[in-house]
Amino acid sequence: MIPLSWYLILSAALFSIGLFGVLSRRNAVAILLGIELMLNAVNINLVSFWRYGDVSMMAGQVFAIIVFAVAASEVAVGLALVISVYRSRNTVIADEIDLMKW
Amino acid sequence: MTPDLIAFFVLALIAIAAALGMLLGRNVVYSALFLVLNFGTVAVFYILLDAPFIALTQVSVYAGAIMVLFLFVIMLLGTETLPVSKALPWQRPLAFVLALILAGEAGYLLFFRKVTSGTIPQPVQTFGSPQAVGQALFNQYLLPFEVTSVLLLIAMVGAIVLTIKEKGGQGK
Repeated sequence: MIPLSWYLILSAALFSIGLFGVLSRRNAVAILLGIELMLNAVNINLVSFWRYGDVSMMAGQVFAIIVFAVAASEVAVGLALVISVYRSRNTVIADEIDLMKW
Repeated sequence: MTPDLIAFFVLALIAIAAALGMLLGRNVVYSALFLVLNFGTVAVFYILLDAPFIALTQVSVYAGAIMVLFLFVIMLLGTETLPVSKALPWQRPLAFVLALILAGEAGYLLFFRKVTSGTIPQPVQTFGSPQAVGQALFNQYLLPFEVTSVLLLIAMVGAIVLTIKEKGGQGK
């Protein structure tokens, strides 16, 4: 049986890669892709803790499903924001969307 | 080495490589496709963890719906590649140093902690089934489920409001 910590390390690695993508990419759509990867890494954690804990407690899987729904709504609103910004400013580069920058 | 371990290592390599490809790809379409590959391997991880319902939801919702939405928006806006810009010069080495420190801390905590590993419960066939998940979702976790439905409704309304064109306005 695979130790729990290996799943946690894999999940941490995926989360860190996603976080780096969020912080380093300039394309707003690519930033949303990084957020998706981070949510996915969280889901691996939830399901593996469910599997290695008390299997009759379904909280891990239920949480994972709720994270799916949150990810779907986040993508819908995020992409709508990107389209809206592209219409008004004709760019998707995060550095150039600086209307509210002080 | 048991087949479990071999499968885990191969899948973990594929998942990390796909995530790195997502990170380093210049073209956003390739990034999205690498992310689809990553989601597919993660779905196989869920099957290894005896959660088949989550695995299939992952494939249909993440790799199917969400990534298709991404690809549509990328191609709709026509912004697959962006001109490269010079980043701050000290940013990249600093990021590598901080990432190494973070990875070291995480590895130390996870590997060298004194852990009393209890017995791992045997895989129970019924607990990963859609029936068990649905019963937990509609009995014990009914309120979070309803909150999720309200959240989806808000997201739908928000997406429509953000992208709708105002009639009679400047057509921004």
